[in-house]
Amino acid sequence: MRAHCLAALAAALALFATPQAHAETQQAHPHAEKWSFSGPFGTYDRASVQRGFLVYETVCAACHSLRHLSYRNLGEEGGPFAAYRVFNEETGQHETTLGLHGGHEGKLVEIQDNPYVAAIAAAVMIPDIDRDTGEATERAGRPSDRFRSPYPNPIAARAANGGALPPDLSVITLARHDGANYVHSLLTGYSDPPAGVDVVQGKYYNRYFAGGWIAMPPPLASADMVTYSDGTAATPEQMARDVTHFLAWASDPKMEMRKSLGLQSMAFLLVLTFLVYLAYKQVWRGTKH
Amino acid sequence: MAGPSTYQPASGFTRWLDTRLPILRLAHDSFVAYPTPRNLNYWWTFGAVLSMCLVVQIVTGIVLAMHYAPSIHDAFASVQRIRRDVPWGWLIQPIHAVGASMFFLAVYIHMFRGLYYGSYKAPREVLWILGCVIYLLMVATAFLGYSLPWGQMSFWAATVITNLLGAVPVVGTAIRDWLMGGFAIDNPTLNRFFSLHYLLPFLIVGVVVLHVWALHEAGQNNPAGVDPKEKGDTVPFTPHATMKDLFITVVFLLLFGLFVFYMPDALGHPDNYIPADPLVTPTHIVPEWYLLPFYAILRAIDFNVGPIDSKLGGVILMFGAIAVLFVLPWLDTSRVRSMRYRPIAQQFFLIFVVVCIALGWCGAQQPAAPVIPHPAFKADLRWVEGGTSATRTVTATSERDAVAGFEAAAQEMRQAGAQLVLVNRTSPTQATLTGVSGGTEQRATVQGRDLDALEAEIGKRKASLGAASVPFVEVDRKEPFVFTVTRFSQILTAYYFLFFLGILPLLGLRETASRVPDTIAKSIRGGAH
Ligand code: HEC
Ligand code: HEM
Repeated sequence: MRAHCLAALAAALALFATPQAHAETQQAHPHAEKWSFSGPFGTYDRASVQRGFLVYETVCAACHSLRHLSYRNLGEEGGPFAAYRVFNEETGQHETTLGLHGGHEGKLVEIQDNPYVAAIAAAVMIPDIDRDTGEATERAGRPSDRFRSPYPNPIAARAANGGALPPDLSVITLARHDGANYVHSLLTGYSDPPAGVDVVQGKYYNRYFAGGWIAMPPPLASADMVTYSDGTAATPEQMARDVTHFLAWASDPKMEMRKSLGLQSMAFLLVLTFLVYLAYKQVWRGTKH
Repeated sequence: MAGPSTYQPASGFTRWLDTRLPILRLAHDSFVAYPTPRNLNYWWTFGAVLSMCLVVQIVTGIVLAMHYAPSIHDAFASVQRIRRDVPWGWLIQPIHAVGASMFFLAVYIHMFRGLYYGSYKAPREVLWILGCVIYLLMVATAFLGYSLPWGQMSFWAATVITNLLGAVPVVGTAIRDWLMGGFAIDNPTLNRFFSLHYLLPFLIVGVVVLHVWALHEAGQNNPAGVDPKEKGDTVPFTPHATMKDLFITVVFLLLFGLFVFYMPDALGHPDNYIPADPLVTPTHIVPEWYLLPFYAILRAIDFNVGPIDSKLGGVILMFGAIAVLFVLPWLDTSRVRSMRYRPIAQQFFLIFVVVCIALGWCGAQQPAAPVIPHPAFKADLRWVEGGTSATRTVTATSERDAVAGFEAAAQEMRQAGAQLVLVNRTSPTQATLTGVSGGTEQRATVQGRDLDALEAEIGKRKASLGAASVPFVEVDRKEPFVFTVTRFSQILTAYYFLFFLGILPLLGLRETASRVPDTIAKSIRGGAH
């Protein structure tokens, strides 16, 4: 979508931005998926981001870090676990709900009072320094903590992954061309290598990865690696979609805010353009030029 | 130029101030009463757009600097923090990043305007040169700024450019090491880049003040390129120019907003979202779009000229491409200012614009990539099946006679019945010759879309024949002519310099211009351009 707008609106600039990373390798182009967040009015599908978080925590977090995010980000405006105080007309009571549904109005619950985020953070053990002895220790996580990294340092990460470094996933959908489609294709793109291609020891064939051989074992190889509480069937394809959706949100959590301010700003500017144009024509009326 | 001041202080306070610091008088004379030619078209509004861009970059930049951490360990994370946690950071950071591109878009329009309408000619040479200084400072500022987020492209662009400076003879390496603050791009480099990136915009402000001063002294040029002669040729700056400038500025903001709100990353490179890693070179290092034409010129030189190696040659041409702009007022010999009245120059100008865009395209491509489709790479293979092979070692008397000696020995083997002879040179004066006789000669042709593919095909064919029955295969490669990006860039670069150093100087002496109206009023009645 982004590429479409670009082509239409700034053809000359788009010319310069043409990607050509695929020149030497026979890397397949990512499969174009439909995402709720693409397009000028697109928004994240909150339920999918929540499910994707579960996949991330259960599967990917074993190897990948997400170090630019804190647990509290999950409960901030636009986050998957933002909670709201909503008035329930049937019971006549205020209650805390996850997200806003069906156009209801509600007040965002402050992070320190958000029960979902507190539970998510508390389930993680965070390395820390003991205040009294100065020794390394671990404690239950707090919403203010950064997402826990699985390895203490890059050397340990490489050592555990056959020499390859699992990249941090905080901005992964921005760090690849056609990011969301790429991540989704990569997760679902494992297969046997084509005939005649030499097998690389300790690597797995994936036609979407540059060079074809990736050090990441198929992370979503079987169904039901997670159990979705909303009853969605956890097929590999579904989990791949959801975790990609979550990573897209993680890469650009303010996207919805930006688009909605964008709509207001563009509308304002259009009206202003019109008014200024009238004023300009008025000033120049009668002056030949 | 502006003539006697028409400023009338209206109140007691302004009368008092006017005799102490006539700043209101200056503002009035410069931006209210200042006479501007009444035939200016929209291309003349980009100076105002640029002023807006400069203010936007400085204001957003100052806010970013409050949250940015110039350390190689924290820089990348601090930019993420700005986008995620700093109040309004998610808006300010993209405005600054997109703003750089918008600034360059506007400056290129502004410069091409000056080129087309001859705004660099007397009496505006100093005005033009100040503009060139601003442009140089802008390029430097953008380059420094691009390194700050400390992503992969930041790091590698900085590496490539500082290494280029090392190509300059004698002082090059000293300048490079001084700029880097060490022997590699590292924390000291980032620190000084940040310091300079904060400094240069204020130098730009200073030069812009001189630029506008020079403008008000010489007066604005106009599409007809003739000087205003009577009062009716001009209109007061306010409200005429102010309203027109405002109109285009708001339209420009629409484009600006479109990028900021809906595709903030479309103009950047995804690799810059990967933290810098000195041990991993990106497959393809490219600068931001606005510097691509210069990058193409830099890479166009893939040959040495006398003592100048290709790297230094590229550097010279790249800087030369900007340097010619400085002397342009004295290169163009035509006495007609506006190209509106120079039909032939107009054509060359149009080609020049296309060439600049094409150079930008080249800068984004791999140098060896073909520009137009070419015939396949082919190779003729010859081998003998079922023959017997014999080996012989030949030693030549001297290195100079070696090749002839080996060939003579091979010829001997052929006459003795060998169908195919392979010469394998093992040392400068020695070779192992393998001849195959008997058996049947076989031929085949293989092809691939490029040299690598061809080699792969040859390898496959050889493997399928089997080393046991066929000891060797004679390969005759036929490479087609490939029109590469580098060749294309060379032609474009040649035109770029020809335009300034050949066409403009000579054309001015020889061309017949169409009739130039002697007043602005006549140019308006005359036609619509
Ligand atoms: C067993 C450890 C492991 C698990 C679990 C894992 N990964 Fe990876 N991942 C890796 C390694 C190692 C690499 C680096 C691969 C390479 O460079 O060859 C990698 C690379 C990646 C890449 C980057 C590919 C590129 O273009 O460079 C993405 C995206 C990715 N993983 C996503 C995921 C997601 C999403 C999950 C969870 C569903 C996940 N990974 C689970 C080990 C893992
Ligand atoms: C920060 C960047 C710049 C700013 C803020 C700026 C500002 C201005 C302004 C306000 C004007 C008068 C309005 C107009 O003609 O559009 C002007 C005119 C001019 N500028 Fe610039 N400028 C900048 C960069 C440049 C550059 C890079 C060049 C050329 C190398 C240049 C060359 C000129 C010339 C020749 C004129 C006179 C045009 C004429 O009267 O025909 N400027 N500039």
